Amino acid sequence: MARLIFAALAGALFGAGLLVSGMIDTIKVQGWLDLFGDWDPTLAFVMGGAILPMAIAWHVAERRRVALLGDAIPNRAPPVLDRRLIGGSLLFGAGWGLVGLCPGPALAAALLNGWGGLVFLLAMVAAMVATPGALRLLKA
Amino acid sequence: MIEQDWIWGFIGGLMIGGAGALFLLVNGRIMGASGILGSLVDGTARGTRGEKLAFLAGLILFPPLLVPLYETVDTRLTDNMLLLAVAGLLVGFGTRIANGCTSGHGVCGISRLSPRGIVATLVYILAGGLTVLAFRHWWGLI
Repeated sequence: MARLIFAALAGALFGAGLLVSGMIDTIKVQGWLDLFGDWDPTLAFVMGGAILPMAIAWHVAERRRVALLGDAIPNRAPPVLDRRLIGGSLLFGAGWGLVGLCPGPALAAALLNGWGGLVFLLAMVAAMVATPGALRLLKA
Repeated sequence: MIEQDWIWGFIGGLMIGGAGALFLLVNGRIMGASGILGSLVDGTARGTRGEKLAFLAGLILFPPLLVPLYETVDTRLTDNMLLLAVAGLLVGFGTRIANGCTSGHGVCGISRLSPRGIVATLVYILAGGLTVLAFRHWWGLI
């Protein structure tokens, strides 16, 4: 039960942070990506603010090795910079730039984005469901 | 001159990082939005289903409760449904192929000095920047 409560709290705080920071405003996000136009630096402040507590958390976590509810701290992924990482990030970035939505804000603003937000979410979920099969096909 | 938006951005950022810290130090999980949602819908979440669903419930249901604190909240999302569908597909495939998005690779990866997180973040920002350049300034479509 504690596990569910803290997960819900983390989700709520994440969503609140996305709202407070202005990152559910898609034009602001696109403004940050608009390096050659009227550049909006807000997202850099958001990233900086988010990385600070998270860096401390990693420092603590890697010393303790176990989370408070008993689970092991996730291992580091092997530092492999492969085609999947690069290709996937290229696709993701293109979609992010097109409408100014990435998964976190798309969920945090799910009830604020109207039908357009729903269309985005449905397409995103459909692609997430299809990805394992698509990757198998590409390998075969 | 520091603008108001940047200060709120930083405060909101601290909240986002605080949420990630909470999820890591209490539950032992990495707060990546695409990984949490993706593993639920493709069936790989298994034993972590419950807490991932609880996380999503908090993420989706809580922000609307804060809206009355603001005069207006406008996400200024495009109403071009074709663009939204294409973007959703790209974000869904891309984040699952690369195993992370802005929260997982960006916030959680960079703060751990993960080479994968740092490289992924540089690549998706580059791709997003080029997309905005092309679609806004060259073709005037967004």
